[in-house]
Amino acid sequence: MAELNHYLILSAVLFTIGTAGVVLRRNVITVLLSIEVMLNAVNLTFIAFGRFLGSSDGQIIVFFVITVAAAEAAVGLALVIALFRHVETLNPDAFRQLRG
Amino acid sequence: MAFNLILFYVFAAIAVGTTLLVVVQSNPVHSVLLLIGSFIGLAGLYVLLEAPFVAVIQIIVYAGAIMVLFLFVVMLLNAPREAIVRSRLLESGATRAVGGLLALAFAAELAWALTRSRTLATGNAGDLPVFSVPQIGQRIFQEYGFAFEATSILILVAMVGAITLAGRNLGANRD
Repeated sequence: MAELNHYLILSAVLFTIGTAGVVLRRNVITVLLSIEVMLNAVNLTFIAFGRFLGSSDGQIIVFFVITVAAAEAAVGLALVIALFRHVETLNPDAFRQLRG
Repeated sequence: MAFNLILFYVFAAIAVGTTLLVVVQSNPVHSVLLLIGSFIGLAGLYVLLEAPFVAVIQIIVYAGAIMVLFLFVVMLLNAPREAIVRSRLLESGATRAVGGLLALAFAAELAWALTRSRTLATGNAGDLPVFSVPQIGQRIFQEYGFAFEATSILILVAMVGAITLAGRNLGANRD
């Protein structure tokens, strides 16, 4: 039986990979994917704690996190499309001006 | 019981391996497809944690819907491969020093937190209750009813916002 610490360490590893992706990658879509990875790492923590504390709150919160992630992905991708139409690139360093 | 541990390591290896590849890939289409693999590994872990409801939601909503949205956008934009750009920010010594310090602080924090959670970790999860889908559904619609309705408004706002942001002709009509 895997212990709580196993899940927490795995979650920390996944979260760190996601953070590295957000910081290091120069592609907006990959940055959004890395944010999804971070959300999933947190979801794993919620489920693991819920299981080891004998509570169903963890699963319910994950349900809400997934819906918020869906909304975030929809708005984020719409922004990416709008930005791509302006500057024809996905490199976030190119998005320097706020005035269209 | 040992079989569970082996399954944990298999699913954890799938999740970590595919997630690493997601971040390393230069082709966004490959990144999205690999992330689906990562989600499948995580869904397996959720099953191990006696949370089949979340595992199914993970596959249907995350891997099925959200990732297909990503895939559509990647293909719609015909996204070019990311050019390896030597960023001035990454080259500077000060940034590296600050980043290294932050990474060390994060690692120390994690080590501290994980060593302190031992009392909980040694507890046996076998005798704790397992929740069925009807039980979770009842809690979502009763105790968390307000949050559920608020989420539906959030989804509506996100939908309208996405259409407004990405709609091609809306800006032209407004002028």
